[in-house]
Amino acid sequence: MKRDIRAKEPFRFYTRLHLTELTGLRALSLSQLSDMIKRVSGACIYHHTHRFLQQHQYLSPEPPNDFAYWVNEALGEDELAEALASIDTIQFSSVRSLRDKITQTIDSYIENHSSARLKFAAVGEEFHFIKSVSFILPTSYTAYGLKGFSEIIRKITVDSIYFHIFESRLRLEKKTNDFSSWIETSIGERDIAERISRLDPYTHTLEELRWAIIRILDEDQEES
Amino acid sequence: MAKIEGYIPIVGQSIIDDLRLLADKLKGRTIQHVNSTAVGGGVAEILSRMVPLLKDLGVDVKWDVIKGGEQFFEVTKKFHNALHGKQEDISGRDFDVFLETSQRNIDSLDICGDIVFIHDPQPIALVKKKAANKWIWRCHIDVSNPNQRVWRFIENFLPDYDSAVFSAPGFSQKLSIRQFLIPPSIDPLSDKNKELPQEKIDEVLRKYGIKKDKPIITQISRFDRLKDPVGVIEAYRQVKRCIDCQLILAGGGASDDPEGNRVLSEVRLKSENDKDIHILLLPQDDIAVNALQRASDVIVQKSLKEGFGLTVAEALWKGKPVVASNVGGISLQIKHKYSGLLCHSIDGASFAIKQLLSNREYANRLGQNGREHIKNNFLITRHIKEYMLLFLSLYHKEDVVYL
Repeated sequence: MKRDIRAKEPFRFYTRLHLTELTGLRALSLSQLSDMIKRVSGACIYHHTHRFLQQHQYLSPEPPNDFAYWVNEALGEDELAEALASIDTIQFSSVRSLRDKITQTIDSYIENHSSARLKFAAVGEEFHFIKSVSFILPTSYTAYGLKGFSEIIRKITVDSIYFHIFESRLRLEKKTNDFSSWIETSIGERDIAERISRLDPYTHTLEELRWAIIRILDEDQEES
Repeated sequence: MAKIEGYIPIVGQSIIDDLRLLADKLKGRTIQHVNSTAVGGGVAEILSRMVPLLKDLGVDVKWDVIKGGEQFFEVTKKFHNALHGKQEDISGRDFDVFLETSQRNIDSLDICGDIVFIHDPQPIALVKKKAANKWIWRCHIDVSNPNQRVWRFIENFLPDYDSAVFSAPGFSQKLSIRQFLIPPSIDPLSDKNKELPQEKIDEVLRKYGIKKDKPIITQISRFDRLKDPVGVIEAYRQVKRCIDCQLILAGGGASDDPEGNRVLSEVRLKSENDKDIHILLLPQDDIAVNALQRASDVIVQKSLKEGFGLTVAEALWKGKPVVASNVGGISLQIKHKYSGLLCHSIDGASFAIKQLLSNREYANRLGQNGREHIKNNFLITRHIKEYMLLFLSLYHKEDVVYL
């Protein structure tokens, strides 16, 4: 069993709870969708690319983002839906760059498929733009070493895991997820930090992600 | 009185810990809910469960009910139908009746909340009493295609509110105030949703003379034209041509719904004394509703309009296959062919019911997926969390809030 290294700085677990704010904006066609994606706030883009992760956390594999789902279900454009669903969100370090990729994908599709311009969603099937308002607050959990960290990961909410893995990286524009950052800088375990960093969180449900992190931490303890 | 600890075995300790963190941030503020009925209907049902739980979390919360006579509730029922898009004959006198009763409530109701939470149109005019406190209007109605005259009348009150809340994205309107999406919820520990022993289910069936000798199709709803009970009978008749089955139409009334008795008579007439159609008036008998849902093979919610459709969440929580209209908040609860079947017509409903009665394994799978979806998104613990976030949002305008 490996000695539990005491961290230089303890890890304070935060949680992120969200409220869904309606904008009253809606799109009926691909052109409207693209125009509005360019105009709405980053909080809207964030909501529509991450909502499924929390609302359908029991589904595996993870379903597409809202744009892909709507393009397929309301307009029947399955080729574009596939292109939007396969945008690799983990490759983007800001909501801004993710937004650009989404609009480029839609605009380029419209350019090459003139008939797609003529399609409109049926009444009641419009795309409604919604945004996420995040409330970030500290939990009562603090880890001083990897052993305690692993124990806490087992019992915190998926909202807390969500905050440290997704929100802090993309919405708060940090370079990596909070867990990897702390494990590398405060514990000095670069290998574990990298292994967690290499996980593609968008291909796991939140519960699967929790267990993938625990496995990496436990394997490290067993190897030693 | 309900205790928040009771929910730990269902949602986990950490979810309850989060609720306590939020409740702590609301210390020193009083929340005052106001609606139009203490009993009957989804709003009263949610408040009767939520208010004690908020108190148990340490939130200072109270609940008041406005007063109104028969004439007032006739008018507000017309408003309700018109906001749902139904054709209604509304006169100038109706608006006067609304305003006169509202004024009496403005004069008599003690507004003491730091945050005043108004539910639905009936008490909306109370906002005239606004002082330095915060006001929220919670719309439980599907206002995606409202009668414009009534909507404009209601809309006039909204600029004085700080925020509005709707149950589905399609209900949102262009408003000058912030608007949030908070769907309602069910309480897994209430009499209507808690686990029941088989003996209790059998006892309820015996009480109402229902035998288990053929599949049971059930719609639980107030007797309200927007719930389309007559359409459900027609769908049942189409199913019965190929599958011998029985239908239960059961529901109570609400004190702010004077139309119920008329609709009940229409439904009785339509049933033509079919011994396999059980029309049950169940005034506030939640255990009976629970038992009937659990005894059913398929649960139907064939509403023409629906704010949210809590009966769908109740049925899915019990793992039951559901056939429901693709209206209002129902599509938030059912993903077609994944957690239930959505329909748009009587023919569509009967086809879906036949599919489920003929493929029990498929039906069970839809029911189990539905239960998981409700567990993750539509239980009262999620609802309490979002209401507390809503209260906190009144004091923070930014998109990322550090508490």
